[in-house]
Amino acid sequence: MKEKTVNELNLGELGVVNKIIGEETIKRRLLDLGLIEGTNIKPVLTSPSGDPRAFEFRGSLIAIRKEDAENIKVK
Amino acid sequence: MSKKEKLSIEKKETKRKSNYTIALAGNPNVGKSTIFNNLTGMNQHTGNWTGKTVANATGYFEYRGETYKLVDIPGTYSIMSHSEEEEIARNYICFGNPDATIVVVDATSLERNLNLVLQITEITDNIIVCVNLLDEAKKKKIEVHLEELSNILKVPVVGVTARKKKTLNNLLKVMRSVCEGKEGINPIYQIHYDEKIEKAIEQIQESIMEQYKIEEKLARWISIKVLDGEKRILKEIEKQLNIQLINHSKIDNARREALETLGEKGIYQEEFKERIVSTIVKDAEKIGKKVCQFGNKDYANRDRKIDKILTSKKYGIPIMIVFLLLIFWITIVGANYPSQFLFSVFGNIQEKLIEFATYIHCPEWLSNMLILGVYQTLTWVISVMLPPMAIFFPLFTILEDLGYLPRIAFNMDGFFKKACCSGKQMITMCMGVTKWEIF
Repeated sequence: MKEKTVNELNLGELGVVNKIIGEETIKRRLLDLGLIEGTNIKPVLTSPSGDPRAFEFRGSLIAIRKEDAENIKVK
Repeated sequence: MSKKEKLSIEKKETKRKSNYTIALAGNPNVGKSTIFNNLTGMNQHTGNWTGKTVANATGYFEYRGETYKLVDIPGTYSIMSHSEEEEIARNYICFGNPDATIVVVDATSLERNLNLVLQITEITDNIIVCVNLLDEAKKKKIEVHLEELSNILKVPVVGVTARKKKTLNNLLKVMRSVCEGKEGINPIYQIHYDEKIEKAIEQIQESIMEQYKIEEKLARWISIKVLDGEKRILKEIEKQLNIQLINHSKIDNARREALETLGEKGIYQEEFKERIVSTIVKDAEKIGKKVCQFGNKDYANRDRKIDKILTSKKYGIPIMIVFLLLIFWITIVGANYPSQFLFSVFGNIQEKLIEFATYIHCPEWLSNMLILGVYQTLTWVISVMLPPMAIFFPLFTILEDLGYLPRIAFNMDGFFKKACCSGKQMITMCMGVTKWEIF
């Protein structure tokens, strides 16, 4: 089965973070925000142009661009 | 002035010797600058975007006969990575030797904020956790048990509502007793990593403490950084403490050994960092769950509904344009009256100045240069520029307080990305437009 990224989650669909891949700086940034393995994440808003989307995790609402969201794999 | 007297805080404009230095740390948008302004009586601009405090701002205030120097360091989510703000924040907490570090946290998202608090507990014992936005939390039906938090972290925890100066009294009291060394006798909370990682840290720590006279806590923190192997942080530590880490043969050997043992147990260098961060985040989660109680979620749902409209495809951008046009319109129309007034006042003074110059037989070239050159240009600029700024910035602050600016950035990011910028630039652009419209 192909791994899903949070990008592929529909609005309101819950995902559980499995792994963050990609470039070190952005990875660090996402980790610092608490996006570690096992974190529940849910897209809740889409901006008018479709990108970025805002995700809810650990009680905060954070906007993440498509290219960064593609690096967040979910279970 | 009476309010200030009650707080017994005095505004100090000139730099002077201070008895104690306090660092003010925290995530972005937790009201750090509000606390800074209310304590020092200064008026630093507060804003809603990351890294708006580009450098440390310093202010002074007096409390019960002692002068305190307050250093507002940049707001960050973490102090472990490379961005400029994080470096400034980290360097100050580590090497600035403040007598106390106040970490301001947002009661409405305590868990995320605790991440930074825990990172700071690794560096210093003299921490005061200041839980801000308790009123917002109450509105959102979130209850924060401050005493419990203080028991867990073993540091003083103070609840405040920064906008209300009165509530800062308690913070001042605690700050004073921390500075005078009345608190912080017991060891504070310590993060415990994996057994294997702890062993590795210990190894390095021993070797560092053998070589240099460094306090245990700091040595532990440095050891983690040595294992982590981030050159930039290590170089900074070397420079600040005047020690050698990277090319020190004994420490390097200890490092290699420790990493080898870790590798045998399946923890590789790349993973090390992630493990460290994960442990801290999980600890923050555990503590957050213990001290926060969430009531019904209706409030969050209402917020989310408003957000949906403000960022929708159909209404998001039109609403934004209406908001901004309204602000620009008020600014332009509203600024006309004070501008005209200033013009006439300055104009009258100018006539008097010319009369005076003739009266004292001032040579024409000099009076022309001073009055028509310097004075006129200066006053024209003031008459034209000052009123719109005095109107626009307060209005913009209202948008900030409503939390609308991040929504604007969110709406616009898609378009700005095409120009390799981020949506945040929209806010800078708005500021720019006012300056341009003035001319």
